[in-house]
Amino acid sequence: MALKSKFGAKAAEGDMTAMIDMVFQLIIFFMVLINFSQDDQNQAIKLPTSELAKPAETPLENPLVLNLAFNGNIYLGAETATIAGLRPLLELEANVLKSNGKSAKDANVIIRADGNTSGGLVQELIKKCQESGYEKFALRAKEEIGQ
Amino acid sequence: MKFKSRSDEKVEMQLTSMIDIIFLLLIFFVMTFKIAAQEGDFNIRMPIGGGSGAADTTNLPIKLRLRSNTDGELVDIVVDDTRSFGNDFGKLRAFILQQTGGNAPPSPEEGPEVEIDLDYNLRYSHVINAISTITGQRQGDEIKRLVERIKFAPPRKPQ
Repeated sequence: MALKSKFGAKAAEGDMTAMIDMVFQLIIFFMVLINFSQDDQNQAIKLPTSELAKPAETPLENPLVLNLAFNGNIYLGAETATIAGLRPLLELEANVLKSNGKSAKDANVIIRADGNTSGGLVQELIKKCQESGYEKFALRAKEEIGQ
Repeated sequence: MKFKSRSDEKVEMQLTSMIDIIFLLLIFFVMTFKIAAQEGDFNIRMPIGGGSGAADTTNLPIKLRLRSNTDGELVDIVVDDTRSFGNDFGKLRAFILQQTGGNAPPSPEEGPEVEIDLDYNLRYSHVINAISTITGQRQGDEIKRLVERIKFAPPRKPQ
């Protein structure tokens, strides 16, 4: 027995407008919140926390980010070095600054060191940078959540 | 003159491919989204000479000695070789408040200076705790600055 559709042959069409609106809003939300500035951050490093750690209102000029891992390895961009072998990399960066009419003194060395590494290693890293002419340092820490 | 409608047919847009792309974008952003804690910096100025800015011999820095055990844990905070606070950062904060009168320095180059001398194997998180304690204190959403001039003593290499 052939059954006949009660409503005829018309296809049921849902109204997509509300869904598309919502999806666009979600996309905009995630696009705005995506943080591209984390590109220079090494995810293997667990920064120490501090209640005073707040992002600076103005970003540091001529930043040079050095990631110091628990095992003493230093990550500078895509390069990896130990403290003893860091000098050529630092001098390369100083030469880049020189070609822009600046010097190592104008650079801000941002040290992102693992919280479990020894403080002495951080001191040695600072000393190594000083030997290459760097003077300004910033020790980076993560904001303490729940304070 | 009378114009005639071309037809009564509705022009329907093909939304399927657009919705496909939009969902792909949405999935990309959802997967790459990461709630990251904010990061901040503690500024340390250490010129090559070992001093820190203006050489003022009458205004010697406060010496902060951080001693650790073999595991790198903090065991003692000593100020100016005389006062020992154990590992109590609260006492250190009280001392700094007493020294600064609870007032912020007029500029980052002024105010008292603290030189941190630490055992080589002291865990870095304790160093940041010490710097955090002397640099300022949080009052609600505001941060009250106490000491801006911080430097490190030369590293104490293990024997």
